Amino acid sequence: MTRRAPWWELALVHAALVVATAFALYPVLWVVTLALSSSRVPEPTALPLPTRPSLDNLRAVVGATSSSGHWLFGVQLLNSVVVSLATAAVGCALALPAAYALARLDFVGKRSGVSALLATQMFPTVASAIPLYVILSALGLLDTRTGLVVCYASTSIPFAVFQLQRAIEAIPRELEEAAMVDGATRLGAFVRVVLPAARPAIAITFLFAFMSAWNEFILAATLLGREESFTLPVLLSRYVGEHDADWGRFAAGALVVSAPVMALFYVTQRHLVGGLTAGGVKG
Amino acid sequence: MISSEARRGVAALLALLAVWCAAAHAEAARPLTLWHAYRQGGAEERALAEILARSPEPVEVLAVPFEGYATKLHAAISHGDGPDVFLDAHERIGDFVARGLIVPLPSPSACDGLARAAVRAVTWEGQLVGVPIAQKTLALYLNSAQVPEDTPDLEALFERARPAEGGVVLGHASGSAYAHAPFASAFGAVYLGPGDTFGLATPAGASSIEFVAGLTKRGLLPDDATPSLVSELFGSGRAAAAIGGPWMAGDLRAPPPYRVVPLPRLRATGRPMRPFLTVEVAFLTPRGRERAAAGALVAGLASEEAAEIRARVGRTVTSRAEPTAPERTDPFLLAFARAAATAEPMPSRPAMRLVFEPADRALRKVLRGDATAAAALDEAAHRFDDVRRPLPPRAAPAPYAALVGVALLGLVAVAARRARDAVATGALARSRGAYGYVAPATIAILALVVAPLVAGAAASFFAGRGDDARFVGFAHYVTILTARGGAWLASGSFYLVLLVTVLWTAANITLHVLLGGALGLLLSRRDLRGKAVYRVLLIVPWAVPSYVTALAWKGMFHRQLGAVNALLALVGVEPVSWFSRFSTAFSANLATNVWLGFPFFVVVTMGALTSVPDDVLEAAAVDGATRWERLWRVTLPMIRPVLAPAVALGAVWTFNMFNVVFLVSGGDPDGTTDILVSEAYRWAFAREAQIGYAAAYSVLIFALLFAGSRALGRRAS
Repeated sequence: MTRRAPWWELALVHAALVVATAFALYPVLWVVTLALSSSRVPEPTALPLPTRPSLDNLRAVVGATSSSGHWLFGVQLLNSVVVSLATAAVGCALALPAAYALARLDFVGKRSGVSALLATQMFPTVASAIPLYVILSALGLLDTRTGLVVCYASTSIPFAVFQLQRAIEAIPRELEEAAMVDGATRLGAFVRVVLPAARPAIAITFLFAFMSAWNEFILAATLLGREESFTLPVLLSRYVGEHDADWGRFAAGALVVSAPVMALFYVTQRHLVGGLTAGGVKG
Repeated sequence: MISSEARRGVAALLALLAVWCAAAHAEAARPLTLWHAYRQGGAEERALAEILARSPEPVEVLAVPFEGYATKLHAAISHGDGPDVFLDAHERIGDFVARGLIVPLPSPSACDGLARAAVRAVTWEGQLVGVPIAQKTLALYLNSAQVPEDTPDLEALFERARPAEGGVVLGHASGSAYAHAPFASAFGAVYLGPGDTFGLATPAGASSIEFVAGLTKRGLLPDDATPSLVSELFGSGRAAAAIGGPWMAGDLRAPPPYRVVPLPRLRATGRPMRPFLTVEVAFLTPRGRERAAAGALVAGLASEEAAEIRARVGRTVTSRAEPTAPERTDPFLLAFARAAATAEPMPSRPAMRLVFEPADRALRKVLRGDATAAAALDEAAHRFDDVRRPLPPRAAPAPYAALVGVALLGLVAVAARRARDAVATGALARSRGAYGYVAPATIAILALVVAPLVAGAAASFFAGRGDDARFVGFAHYVTILTARGGAWLASGSFYLVLLVTVLWTAANITLHVLLGGALGLLLSRRDLRGKAVYRVLLIVPWAVPSYVTALAWKGMFHRQLGAVNALLALVGVEPVSWFSRFSTAFSANLATNVWLGFPFFVVVTMGALTSVPDDVLEAAAVDGATRWERLWRVTLPMIRPVLAPAVALGAVWTFNMFNVVFLVSGGDPDGTTDILVSEAYRWAFAREAQIGYAAAYSVLIFALLFAGSRALGRRAS
């Protein structure tokens, strides 16, 4: 690996990466163009660039108000932020101890527990929206942010547990054992040794849980009963009606919804690589 | 002297009364609620807000996204909450009545002074079940420069119109059964025949389709046109005329001067083209029935004053028998009002909604030239009958209950034996510490993930709804696994869809791993500059919500408007009609899903590569291994165990990737690109809400994935 690669090889690598990047960005550019144009339907062009850039669509989405004149977008943005942050926090908090137990402790039912966890990912959710509605209704959590957080957090647990379990397995046992020799309890070692060492993986798990809550809309549309409690994706999907659709507004809304996630990706991208696969070598 | 018991009894009664009064009071204090699914910021929403601002009672309005509307109405109203009043189209009345979502109007006088056809549309089994507030139908938009004079019949339009260079005469969404209705009616065909049969499968229906196919072949109609393409063509002057609803006017930006007239006659048959009439209705829910004010609200929504606002602000044809002032002066409204007066109210029987899916497919099949009209309609009729087949017979629940009981007993017996077994109890005792760690996650998952899934799965043993609901045991499974009595690989059979699903999963995972793996390897090169920039840009697809991605890609594959064909045109390739053949439609879905999924594998591969120690690679290099050998013999075997779980999870997600298939190809052509999940969704929501049947599909999907992952897992270990 010490030998320098010839220039043409690097040029080929760059060419391949540029093509892949173009593939990745092309549809995004398309959405951006539509969002920044003043039209409601896309224009047929190979190179999507706004011909007459306008902020009308963005302004209309961000300035959306309710019938009583409240700044709806602001309220719904707040809902989205609160719900997604809380989902990520609760999801991680519930998943971390479970992941730790799966990585470090032996217990009756561990194997079947893991396969049950994987199994929850296999059942198509087409039919579970209405049962969920009934359960939340019984708990008195309908139409509350809490209710939404409880649902999202639980559904985010399985993936979070898989992620964190692998990350924890990668942390050398010796670190914990040393702490326990020094008089720490297992819980103490978990909190003081394992948690800090698993930080990159926790950040990534947090990001994924946040993202799944941030983008979800069918459950939100079903479980929430006031415009003031809607999250942003619900607002977004309201630009598409039965007969008519305002694709320009829809695209503008999509940009607004995607931007924070992109920013988060940007901030956490260094951890992303390490966090997603930490210690998978053990496999 | 009153005995203490009696006193206590009275006290309890009083307490109960107090609670009841408080509850009643709370009920009275609750503001009236109204739900609608109008588009955000649209004219109809603004009109509604202005009408409600004049209501004597305060009304709380909830705007629900159209996609979640039906589920939400059903879930909320059948559990005793939800709105007092909601707005929806009259076509769903049959369904609403069957599910108990609406109640008859307390007083029929609410419909006094309303148009006769609209009132007929809200009459169900002799009772008024809602108040019509607006009417929508199709009419003819004419470009005033290209069609200076109205024509007596449609054929005259083709003779006299002067379309622009390269344009068409008539923009018409020929692949939509809804838009085809006026042609069918001119040929004397009906959509829903007597006894709820598939009425289009007659010589008249076939002629109507052949007529439209002939016009398309002569270049008078655009190919493959969707409603959005029709408005695009007309708005840009590339169609001299267009068939569209009032909603099309909002889509036209900077349109050429145009006017609207009712649809003309067809010279070929001498009959008028009668489109469907859709009536917008205010419905009263069981909850709303308890409140006099809700009844008043429903009636008020159709009042003369409300109608005036609706016509002026919403530019909608109202339900009034006497036209309102704007309807008398605005030529646009006048034309649509005249069109509504001769339109055919769409049947509101539940069977009507089942006509559209097979009819759409038949139309597209004929227009693509894949079948004759008669053959395509026969197939559609068969499909319609198949969906409408009677419910399976009731099954005696006793054997099933016994089965469940035996299974439970078995579990208890195993648990009891374990409890007596010292080794097992010892292990259990030692596990106690670990249980503390897993308990919170377990409880959350059991309550909110497993319980809804089990409830969903249990539904697969039931059929029908309302009074007709019944326990049917394994009947749904038998039906599915016997391919509904048809050939094993017949179109739409479980096995064919399964094959497509497996192909879909395999193709996706292969491309994900190849593309993601290759890019991950490139990005991990030490000597690469600008790595961080590439890495950030390459994961952008991941950050965009998948339904937005899917809709964007669907637009990009559009035959006339899409960017993909525009790109192909640059290199001289003829425009491809992506969704008219299985291979291209499947590729379009595949491209979308690869785009969505490859960033995940790039990142996973990069992470896995960090675990390959440099000294191993260097040792291999010293031993004279070429770079390919190092890649194949050292790097790949080392990263394989890391990639395996990601691939497994990716495969499960792809197998159930509903958004892409449903939103991009939507199963086109002819349902061939549907995968098991989208097929299940259609049974649950499009085909008479056969929830039980759809649930059986879900359970089978689960069983397949579970067995598959078990088998693969065993082979790996």
